[in-house]
Amino acid sequence: MRVLVAGSARGVVLKSASPINFLGAVDRSTGVITDGSHELHGRSVRGTILAFPSGAGSSVGAYTIYSLKAEGAAPLAMVCARADGTVASGCAAAGIPLVASEEAYDILVGGAEAVVDTSLDVPVSRA
Amino acid sequence: MELTRDEEEALAGGAGEAEQAAYRILVAAGEAAGAERLVPVSWAHLSGVNYNTIGPAGERFLADMARTARFRIRATVNPMGYDRDSVDRYGLPATFIEGQESIARSYGVMGAEPSFTCAPYDVLDMPAGGGQVALAESNAAIHANSFDNLHTNKESSFTALASAITGKSPLTPLRGGAGPDAEVRVRMDDPDELECGLLGYFAGRVGRESVRISGLGAPDRRRCKALCGGMGTSGTCAKIVLGEGGGDCEAVDFGREEARAVRDELDTADGGDAIVLGSPQLGPQELADLAARVGGRRFTKRCIVFCPRAARGAATERLEAAGCEVLSDCCACLSPLITKEAADSVITNSVKGAYYLNAGGVRTDLEPLSEILRGYLG
Repeated sequence: MRVLVAGSARGVVLKSASPINFLGAVDRSTGVITDGSHELHGRSVRGTILAFPSGAGSSVGAYTIYSLKAEGAAPLAMVCARADGTVASGCAAAGIPLVASEEAYDILVGGAEAVVDTSLDVPVSRA
Repeated sequence: MELTRDEEEALAGGAGEAEQAAYRILVAAGEAAGAERLVPVSWAHLSGVNYNTIGPAGERFLADMARTARFRIRATVNPMGYDRDSVDRYGLPATFIEGQESIARSYGVMGAEPSFTCAPYDVLDMPAGGGQVALAESNAAIHANSFDNLHTNKESSFTALASAITGKSPLTPLRGGAGPDAEVRVRMDDPDELECGLLGYFAGRVGRESVRISGLGAPDRRRCKALCGGMGTSGTCAKIVLGEGGGDCEAVDFGREEARAVRDELDTADGGDAIVLGSPQLGPQELADLAARVGGRRFTKRCIVFCPRAARGAATERLEAAGCEVLSDCCACLSPLITKEAADSVITNSVKGAYYLNAGGVRTDLEPLSEILRGYLG
């Protein structure tokens, strides 16, 4: 379990089985996933606990994550199975709590509530 | 990750807000990549320059950083959204130009050189004797690790910016010289630059951090560049090791059939409204070669050539005389100059360019340069 950006949040999980390319796939001012080929097409990441396997694609995607936060359209927290530098640096700049853990990613259920609190021994749990 | 006392202090805010933000970014990315500590770097190349990609929030972030942050090391920047010399001809909205100029100003205030290039290895002096650097443009990072005797992570926009501010970057296994984690065996004779781009795109999906490519011989500069451009587009891989392997990692073949499968993904049009060359931007050698091959003829179709400003000279003048629009400071990827409103489809030899043009709704006809010159010179 790696806590990459500290913080806490409680909310409904939006879970993706496929990686997210923030630069190409997510509208930076609304949080809506615009990539027609993505399984979460049309859904918004805003106000969710966003769980996904990893980031993908351009290094500039870090700016998209920052923009989501600045526009009030960001997830409350993110949980990745595998961390990558683009998502980690984007969340660090934006102040979005981020945990990287296969186990935490696996236990989260889309549509159910979850708690992320990086000060706890178990930082990610179902509510 | 182990930090020195000074680094801990800066992370806690003792060296000001900009340094604190920079260390937060480096620590998060370093922990994600399994880095042991930070190492000094001598040069940072920054992405996140085009207003099209970072938008108003990114522009405000940089303006805010520029109030206090100053770069400690040499810093250069990726292309922006247009060429200032010809921006009037493209009808860009005033808000775009204002946002773009603000971004350029912020990077300049912090101390970046106005290089606006995605092919720094073609026009800038590379650090003598190699060493550690931080390059956020993916094709340039791969080129540095593979052909320029340098070491870099495939940096994000923010980690490279943080490295420019602090002069440091996470010491990951890749920087430490970790070997290839996969091998691609080339099963075709003398691939051209388009096929090398397809090979790079294929290999980027096979390798995780570093990939060996065997059976390719010694590709020339243009082919090396195409390899890097293709690879940077498709995955997370940051290094190519050319040569015969020792059977130390998983290997897959790349032959005519694999090349065709990748080409089918990105070759989405037959012909196009314009020819687009330079993704990555064309360097001095490629421009001279292109000018010589064009000779006294003219293109029968609109032809847009992207190159670094520093590469302009006799060759670009000859290309302009042949009817080309030669654009500096910007590139084909995510450019507001080539939109789906302006062109249904374009012709290019760049796999990287084709990927981003398709993502923006512009279809592409992928052809090698030799075919483009045969088909469209009058």
